[in-house]
Amino acid sequence: MLTNKRLILAHFWLAFAVFGLALVLGAWQMFVRSPLNVWHFDPEFYYRSVTAHGSAMGYVFPTLVAMGFGYAISEVSLERPLVGRRWAWAGFLLVAVGAVVAMIPVALGFASVLYTFYPPMVGNAFYYIGVVMVVVGSWIWVALMPINLASWKRDNPGKPVPLAMFANVAGAYLWGWTAVGAALEIIFQILPVALGLRSTIDAGLARVFFSWTLHAIVYFWLIPTYIAYYTIFPRAIGGRLYSDAMARISFILFLVVAMPIGVHHLFADPQVGAGFKFMHSVFTGLVALPTLLTVFTICASAEIASRLRGGRGAFGWLTALPWANPIMLATALSLVMLGFGGAGGLINMSYQLDSSIHNTQWITGHFHLIFGGAIVIMYFAIAYDLWPHLTGRALESFGLMRTQLWLWFIGMIVTTFPWHYVGILGMPRRMAFYDYANPAVSPQAFSVSMSVIGGLILLTSGILFLVVLIRGQIAPRREGGAYRFAVAVHEPSRIPVALNSFGLWLALMIGLTVVNYGYPIGQLMALSETNVPAVYVGAGR
Amino acid sequence: MSEQQPLFSPRNPWFAASVGVTVVIAVLSALAGLIWLPLAQPDLRLSGIWDAICSAAGVPRAAPQADTLQPDFKTSNVVMTSEMLRRPNQVSIGRGATLAQRCAICHGPQGVSDANSPNLAGQYAAVTYKELNDFKTGARVNTVMSPFAVNMSNQDMLDLAAYYSYLPRVPTSHANESLPEPPIVTTGAPMRNIAPCGSCHGDLDNKAGSPWLGGQSAVYIKAQLQAFASGTWRNDISQQMRNIARHMTPEEIDAVARYYEAQP
Repeated sequence: MLTNKRLILAHFWLAFAVFGLALVLGAWQMFVRSPLNVWHFDPEFYYRSVTAHGSAMGYVFPTLVAMGFGYAISEVSLERPLVGRRWAWAGFLLVAVGAVVAMIPVALGFASVLYTFYPPMVGNAFYYIGVVMVVVGSWIWVALMPINLASWKRDNPGKPVPLAMFANVAGAYLWGWTAVGAALEIIFQILPVALGLRSTIDAGLARVFFSWTLHAIVYFWLIPTYIAYYTIFPRAIGGRLYSDAMARISFILFLVVAMPIGVHHLFADPQVGAGFKFMHSVFTGLVALPTLLTVFTICASAEIASRLRGGRGAFGWLTALPWANPIMLATALSLVMLGFGGAGGLINMSYQLDSSIHNTQWITGHFHLIFGGAIVIMYFAIAYDLWPHLTGRALESFGLMRTQLWLWFIGMIVTTFPWHYVGILGMPRRMAFYDYANPAVSPQAFSVSMSVIGGLILLTSGILFLVVLIRGQIAPRREGGAYRFAVAVHEPSRIPVALNSFGLWLALMIGLTVVNYGYPIGQLMALSETNVPAVYVGAGR
Repeated sequence: MSEQQPLFSPRNPWFAASVGVTVVIAVLSALAGLIWLPLAQPDLRLSGIWDAICSAAGVPRAAPQADTLQPDFKTSNVVMTSEMLRRPNQVSIGRGATLAQRCAICHGPQGVSDANSPNLAGQYAAVTYKELNDFKTGARVNTVMSPFAVNMSNQDMLDLAAYYSYLPRVPTSHANESLPEPPIVTTGAPMRNIAPCGSCHGDLDNKAGSPWLGGQSAVYIKAQLQAFASGTWRNDISQQMRNIARHMTPEEIDAVARYYEAQP
């Protein structure tokens, strides 16, 4: 039952518009720092562009997708209109205005600090204020999701919460808590300096706070994708979900162990003790578990669908899958990218292996493959699946959709595989210029050029995606029927309270955060001599 | 199975298992990370379990003083920041103008001279202040400059720096903007660990404490680079310039000196 279609569509359209703009910047960045470009540009523009691309793709785009999809899940799975519709619009406006407020100083070159902020670099205060507005807007969504669930639970005591809503609320809680780290960093550390109230900043502490956000934010981006795996994919291919309980356990594991692992981003940082780095590394290893459970469950669900369609044999059932179905294709391509990206991630989380690729282009390749590849391709799938129900119009460009999804997959592989490779060769990240004439750098020239081609393929695919959506928006009206999520082979009728509520898991999440972050943060806060002078970016020019 | 049972109770199997497993993993990883692994590293020379825990938790420890080598020469005591002396005040500039009459014989009445001494007009205040301070403390030594600086107060040095940074840069008699940029200025020499000159000295970016070099006398620049290379000039913080100058070829030093002299 979708009642607030305009609200949900507004979120998706703004998300995809921001995505389109940021995609153009990304392709331009690939080009200008490659050997295909003779060096005749101001490197400052590169950093402006990277800041805009990262802030749009990291903060605005996935947040809006999660919010819009979350509202849709709430209405469809709980079968009731959204509670707090006005608040939801207010949240949307905050995100939209925040994005503009943040982008103006970036475009003017007053805040080329990259989306990860990197203190002691400090840019124009409005950039950070804009980011805070985006986060506060998303926190309204964070509050609305549990409120809607609670009101449903009041009217349906003892009933199992629908899986999609359970996962959605897990995502909301995860984001609510993980955004606290960056919020503390911006509000108490960076903004006072950006506003001129202080001139020094504890860069080490700021990085620890940011790591609190930086890793779990990826799981926040990932949750809509996993919801699509579990609740859209089995239905779309005409099957059933293999296990409802396994799905719940996966989302619970994300909630509990996605948070206290961020210090693996700080392996090369001296301000965190080696013991805590080890502990975070252990929990990073654990977070592979929900992904492995998911891959198993989704493959099992695909097999169920295939055998229902007459698939035979140990592997022969693969051929009986509905490969022409865009959701089938997107999920399969997403799982392939998740496999490669996950394997790279296991390298990043190991202290010893990380030291050979830390701060190289490997890292940039890795998070583009996981986020831009495995996650975003499922955002496309979500949009394709929901669109007819949101617009009330048919979405029938199936050939175009398949081309778009294949191009995105190919583009992402062609972009990120050479990217990983030059990282192993030692190419540093976050640089505007590489002297490819230099004998030490020239072996990377071919791989970087290949990445540029991948970037152009991605840009083409992104344009096709928007074309499909626009065609869906102007197609003739047709009733699409009620939207519904996949049902499990064994739908739960009675369910343990632990798999139907969040209290225990939130307690564990907060408890583990205190155990893993308490001492490093407390110590840095207690030390007075860890502040350094701020470096104002864009000032005095 | 546990619908009637309260969730937060050790008799609820979900509670017992999830809390139990989480605590066991946390405790084991803490034992391994904070005790076992540090003790397994003989290089850390830990005195016991508590020492291992403190070391692995990252408790700051004072470095043993006995091991530090003291240099046999004076080092600069100026702490450079990118915002240092960026906002001059008018009174300071005025006082500086009066004090600068003493400097005019070598540095020119307008801060520009053809005497192969540095042109100070338009130089960043932080740069002039640091050099004066280093002459005063003895971190930099020069037969002519050192006696001048010894008697200056901190305020005198701040005022002079503010005054010279206030003066406009004047085109010199050697200006020739058509001179091509030497590669060392635009791209440096990565294989010798030399960053592009322009990345600190102005063409591409300016970094804290790096002087503006445009229009400086070629004789002066060359002499200073040679002094850095030979180690007779050593007030550069963390050997930034000495490490660069040592790896520059004499041809590159000549090219850089000629190039910057010709710049505005």
